[in-house]
Amino acid sequence: MKAPILSSWFGRGEIAAPPDIASATLRSDRFRLEREGEWRRLEEIVARMEKGGLRRIADEDLLALPTLYRTAASSLAVARETSLDAATLAYLEGLVQRAWFQVYGPPRGFAAWLRDFLLGGWSRAVRAIWLDICIALFVMVAGSVVGWLLVAQDEAWYYRLVPGNFLDTRVPGASREELLQSLATEESAAGLSTFAAQLFSNNSAVCIFAFALGFAFGIPSLMLLVHNMAVLGAMLWLFNGQGLTLELAAWLSVHGTTEIFGILLSGAAGLHIGRSMAFPGSRPVLAAASEAGQRGAVVMVGVVIMMIIAALLEAFPRQLVDGTGARFLIGGMMLTFWLAYFFLYRPARQQPGDGA
Amino acid sequence: MNAATLPGQAADKRARVILTPEGLALPVTLASRGSRAGALMLDVMILLFGIIAFQLLVTWIAGGLLEGTTLDPSAAPRGAQEFLMIVLVIVYFAAWYGYFLVQELGPRGATLGKRMVGIRIAARSGGSLSPEAVIARNLIRDIELFYPIVLILTLLVMNAGDEDIGPLPWVATGWFALFLLLPFFNRDALRAGDIVAGTWVIERPRTKLAEALSTQGAAAAQGASAVTGARYEFGEAELSVYGEKELQTLEKMLRDATPEALAAVHETICRKIGWNPGAGDERAFLEAFYAQLRAKLEGDMRFGKRKADKFS
Repeated sequence: MKAPILSSWFGRGEIAAPPDIASATLRSDRFRLEREGEWRRLEEIVARMEKGGLRRIADEDLLALPTLYRTAASSLAVARETSLDAATLAYLEGLVQRAWFQVYGPPRGFAAWLRDFLLGGWSRAVRAIWLDICIALFVMVAGSVVGWLLVAQDEAWYYRLVPGNFLDTRVPGASREELLQSLATEESAAGLSTFAAQLFSNNSAVCIFAFALGFAFGIPSLMLLVHNMAVLGAMLWLFNGQGLTLELAAWLSVHGTTEIFGILLSGAAGLHIGRSMAFPGSRPVLAAASEAGQRGAVVMVGVVIMMIIAALLEAFPRQLVDGTGARFLIGGMMLTFWLAYFFLYRPARQQPGDGA
Repeated sequence: MNAATLPGQAADKRARVILTPEGLALPVTLASRGSRAGALMLDVMILLFGIIAFQLLVTWIAGGLLEGTTLDPSAAPRGAQEFLMIVLVIVYFAAWYGYFLVQELGPRGATLGKRMVGIRIAARSGGSLSPEAVIARNLIRDIELFYPIVLILTLLVMNAGDEDIGPLPWVATGWFALFLLLPFFNRDALRAGDIVAGTWVIERPRTKLAEALSTQGAAAAQGASAVTGARYEFGEAELSVYGEKELQTLEKMLRDATPEALAAVHETICRKIGWNPGAGDERAFLEAFYAQLRAKLEGDMRFGKRKADKFS
């Protein structure tokens, strides 16, 4: 009586013709046999949609889909009240659920989502977390001040704060020439593109980490920001001791305006999740968390893009462009661009009420 | 909706109901924690073996790039090597984040591993699954899985090198355990990523439409047996012994039980309704009983009378 299982592995099995409707003695089975053909057609369309894309589906099938779905849904509602055939009910429940996922599936394809994201969605999400950005900015400034003060009090802190691979010539007690040399340009571009790819991979991972840590009420995100900025504070102190603050700032600004901005955004996105879980307001905690999480995810996709740009800037212009003025020009332009894009660029929403 | 319309599911702890925009309550079953763990392991294995295969392929194609220059490293074609490094770094990054993202955004809402164990993700609200939700739930996976494992491995290596690592292993293990155990401390088995993204993982129904029972055998022939020609007819009193639960159990038996099991059921029913159990024609008897019991219960149902089981 059971259909051979192997047949389901190889192509579409032969569908047996439904038995004569009149031969069914039960009214509920006649109901089922009358509608069976439509259910099977819906099942076949849904199976093809699941396999991949809408392109392989004929237009008339696509047009029929909503109608077939509603027919199946209403069949299920009727069957629940009139039929005691458990197998048919289970089949209909499964079918309606599968069709529901396709009919009410993702509203847009990935390409359309990306377009909406670049043309307004990203800056909207950034503006929505403005309070968290302010908090994160404050924490970052505080972090670099703390780094500076710690190192100014006790030089041993420098070695604790600045990780080992930074320890080239940039240590307390280094001469002005050595420090200047570390800010100089490379002679050729060889090796720099690998450097860029590694920087990108590494920095994006740090940002995603900062975002994901927001889950623990945002506190670890802030700690990560403080630590990162304390390193910067320590470096500033070191270069300031030799009167090179301006040169360091210029050297940093080339990629830093993009990279530190990205770190700021990811910390703020993490904090946004943490804050809405700690203070959900009138919403349930889970609803607040998922709303904030989805907004944060949009910001994070943007941060990954910023990290690509930052890595390219860090590897090429920073190592190849010399001169404080030129470096400040690049960094300043990037900062202006980001600020304008996030806070001045406000296109009207195309579909109100759409998206997250 | 009462228990009778969803047989066997009301008692199920993993059964949930989502409301479609048509106002239809659709039952869904949450994926068990075990199947989710299995799906994750499958996915990680696929990724791992995929990356190893890719690495081997690259070595096979471009290995000569490094070998040919062993005598004089400075003569190595820097450009090509560099390009290869960039490709590798970007491929690993894209593989780790893209594998889950692209597949869960697709029409099946499941990665390869999830598809193998028959589960998919869905929005907890009952609405449609937005790309933002899929991105959020996959970014959180990093702190749940990737970083603690890397940290623990690093600590193990450091420990083997006789370095003093202090209480860090405990912190790392606690962190890992916290996220690993999170699904056990909430009703819907949500992991941290599900909480943040507003998603949950449910079972994917794969039910084939079974045969209509009342078109076959004795059920179709007004209770007449094809073997003996005898006609089974049950009276009002005999049919009011059982309810819907028993009817649907009998349906399941008729669809896929062995003749021995059917004989046992036949005997039980006969004793219950006070008939003298014969032998040799069990299937026809049960088919006739099923059809007539169902006709009676469905008839009552149309008048709003329902009998959930034999005790009611």
